[in-house]
Amino acid sequence: MKKLRLSRQGRSDLITYGIILLLCLILFLIGQSSYQLQGLLVPVCAQIMLAVSLNLTVGILGELSLGHAGFMCIGTFMGASFSIYMEQFIPIPALRFFLALLIGALSAGIMGFLIGLPVLRLKGDYLAIVTLAFGEIIKNLINMVYLGYDSSGLHFSMNDTASLGLAEDGVVIIKGPQGVTGTPTDSNFGIGILLVLLTVFIVLNLVHSRDGRAIMAIRDNEIAAESVGIHITKYKLMAFTISAALAGLAGSFYAHNYNNIKASTNNFGYNMSIMILVFVVLGGIGSIRGSVIAATILYMLPEVLRFMSQYRMLVYAIVLIVMMLFTWSPKAQAWKAVQLAKCRKRLRPLTDRFRKKSSGHMTGEGE
Amino acid sequence: MALLDVQNLGISFGGLRAVDDFHLQVKKGQLYGLIGPNGAGKTTVFNLLTGVYKPSEGIIRLDGEDITGRSNIEINKAGIARTFQNIRLFKDQTVLDNVKIGLHNRFHYNTFEGIFRLPRYRKIEKKMEEKAMELLEVFELEKEKDYLASNLPYGKQRKLEIARALATDPKLLLLDEPAAGMNPNETHELMETIRFIREKFDMTILLIEHDMKLVSGICEELTVLNFGSILCQGETEKVLQNPEVIKAYLGE
Amino acid sequence: MRFLSYLISGISLGSVYAIIALGYTMVYGIAKMLNFAHGDVIMVGGFSAFTIISMLGMPPALGVLTAVLVCTALGVVIEKVAYRPLRNASSSLAVLITAIGVSYLLQNLALLIFGSSTKSFESVVNIPALKLADGQINITGETIVTIVTCVIVMVMLTLFINRTKAGQAMLAVSEDKGAAQLMGINVNGTIALTFAIGSALAAIAGVLLCSAYPTLSPTTGAMPGIKAFVAAVFGGIGSIPGALIGGLLLGIIETLGKAYISSQLSDVIVFGILIVVLVVKPTGILGRKIQEKV
Repeated sequence: MKKLRLSRQGRSDLITYGIILLLCLILFLIGQSSYQLQGLLVPVCAQIMLAVSLNLTVGILGELSLGHAGFMCIGTFMGASFSIYMEQFIPIPALRFFLALLIGALSAGIMGFLIGLPVLRLKGDYLAIVTLAFGEIIKNLINMVYLGYDSSGLHFSMNDTASLGLAEDGVVIIKGPQGVTGTPTDSNFGIGILLVLLTVFIVLNLVHSRDGRAIMAIRDNEIAAESVGIHITKYKLMAFTISAALAGLAGSFYAHNYNNIKASTNNFGYNMSIMILVFVVLGGIGSIRGSVIAATILYMLPEVLRFMSQYRMLVYAIVLIVMMLFTWSPKAQAWKAVQLAKCRKRLRPLTDRFRKKSSGHMTGEGE
Repeated sequence: MALLDVQNLGISFGGLRAVDDFHLQVKKGQLYGLIGPNGAGKTTVFNLLTGVYKPSEGIIRLDGEDITGRSNIEINKAGIARTFQNIRLFKDQTVLDNVKIGLHNRFHYNTFEGIFRLPRYRKIEKKMEEKAMELLEVFELEKEKDYLASNLPYGKQRKLEIARALATDPKLLLLDEPAAGMNPNETHELMETIRFIREKFDMTILLIEHDMKLVSGICEELTVLNFGSILCQGETEKVLQNPEVIKAYLGE
Repeated sequence: MRFLSYLISGISLGSVYAIIALGYTMVYGIAKMLNFAHGDVIMVGGFSAFTIISMLGMPPALGVLTAVLVCTALGVVIEKVAYRPLRNASSSLAVLITAIGVSYLLQNLALLIFGSSTKSFESVVNIPALKLADGQINITGETIVTIVTCVIVMVMLTLFINRTKAGQAMLAVSEDKGAAQLMGINVNGTIALTFAIGSALAAIAGVLLCSAYPTLSPTTGAMPGIKAFVAAVFGGIGSIPGALIGGLLLGIIETLGKAYISSQLSDVIVFGILIVVLVVKPTGILGRKIQEKV
């Protein structure tokens, strides 16, 4: 009995990993078809990682965050700056890239912790607006940063390039609104797949552990969680920090796909945070596998709709609204339940034959 | 010495005196009832005892230890567990996981061990599972262990909440209207279960209840609250015959 | 003197935020949803007026009227088609995402119809600027109209809510939908009315905003929408005087921050203050605290 249950939980996870690999295969094949689509393979991996990590905050912890892109932004700029500066010291690209990913995750995680500490006692829409505010602050501040290095080390300024006071051999790494330039393009689709798997592995295993259960207990009923001795702030912070760190990892990975990257409104502002949230909600709140699928499809959709040229974003918007109405409206849900019942009735003769084999009940993991 | 010793407990909300000069001694192993009309302040007393509210005055001692003013988490660690009048389960988690969450502070491994499933994770998880199953078997919930808590029928949800409270290994168990919404059969079964818990876990139980059959059937002593203060206190039979109590319940 | 003129333009910007925030806060109070499309209704208001005034050459008053009518209708339609079906959805995030969808939809419709290039908006105000203190302080006609409009809107809204049956119905519905329904209040109608008023206010704000900052593009409404949302939260979401105070404070802080500290930092300051306010007083300046009953 016990073995069966463990294997069922394990099986559900295995299915998730299987789906990811299958999606990656499909993406790889799509990528072969055109140069433009191939260029999307690395970003789509980053989007999946972002969606899965945001789901940890929104689905597993049950708190709304609209500042996820801010953590990605930190990961991007810290990771990229590290790589550029370290190119002279660490000659092995693989090691340097690995460390850059780590730096991205760590810095975003620390930021997540520092932000989470004061704000996680806010709830619902108030938390949403505060996280949005933090995301915007991070983006705006990074747009003011100037960073360079020369033989005497790193130089930093919030004004302009000139005030960096670089020697003649100096190199500017971050140039305010023009962003970071000169990042080695180490990222590729293969590493992307590995990182997606790692992200999913971390989140799924966390969910199935003692800490994950505590986090979900807080989501389900804060007062009851306290009554059995669960420290609310500690676990909220834990989930938020891990979520931020994984977003930073995604950001650093994303950074190493482009020689130059700017912190503009569209790729790091609240628009981006909202887009990630859309993936999470449409994929199913709390469903990791749903986040993976939704992020892939929705990120590729505008590209696939390219043949409709200027109508594509309009179509995207309509698809989004219709899908939300269809998945979430109580009326539509009731209609679906009726249809499902009809289907079952029709299939009854078939299912009866298999009934003996099937046993037990479906369990959670929000699928 | 009493396991739970409450002296001069009181709290006000704004101008309202919700509980006033409340005192209570529950001996170890006792089954104690707290009764009174709606709005008498019974649940408020529970909230004071478990640290949901901080008392304006008074002292609460558990097993000789002063726990007044501690947070509900600390009080749970000190040894008081409770259930809620309006059931508060972790409804999107399985029955088994609900109990495992109750075991949270009794079994430890760190986050890293959990994420990377190191040997200690496997060992401790196995122990937790065994312990949780033991508790579920007491409440005959072992067959439903993989159900989501919200899918359980009402009576079983109440039982699961008690199992979860017991999982924290308390010295004192507080039950807030455990029979609310149950039919006579279920109530009868619940009485048996409560008695059984006391025997099996050597538990001290303080319960709020409206069902007089249950109260007179299992409680050894009673305290009657009315308008936030004690109307009567003592052995069950005597209390229930007290004319003041009858008046408070039935009116003039 | 410089300070005074910055202050006045801050109040002017704040008045626009306040008008938008009033709509935001009313909608939030009654529907308990963050209406991300609210900012885009502002943009639709701007484009409606632009079409009438600049493209068709009709008088400004007609432009304003059209903007208000178009937005009112739009608000009601959005509520009915996109939000109402999700009112009882199991997650409140569902309607939030739908609102984002509506926002994308409006922006992209505007993009298709009017193109992505920035339009220059002809001001609807033709009151001459007021010069004070030997011309050291210059108060533009737009500023005067904006501030006056804000005051009028505020007074009318307060009167409407406190003195009319429909206004009282709104309060009742925002307090408890079920109970309101039992008292014979038409809940759907009341919510629709709230969206209508909120959207009409957005239209007015849109025209004023475009008159004061005479540019118009499909994303014009996005940032003011977010800022007004911040203002509403700032003042305590659901509270009408809170929206006014929040809007004004936000406008003043932003303008002074731009003038005295750094134009790049002004948003950082605005959001930073928001965070501080909420961390200190989690329900905003005038918000009410609601505690969960155990």
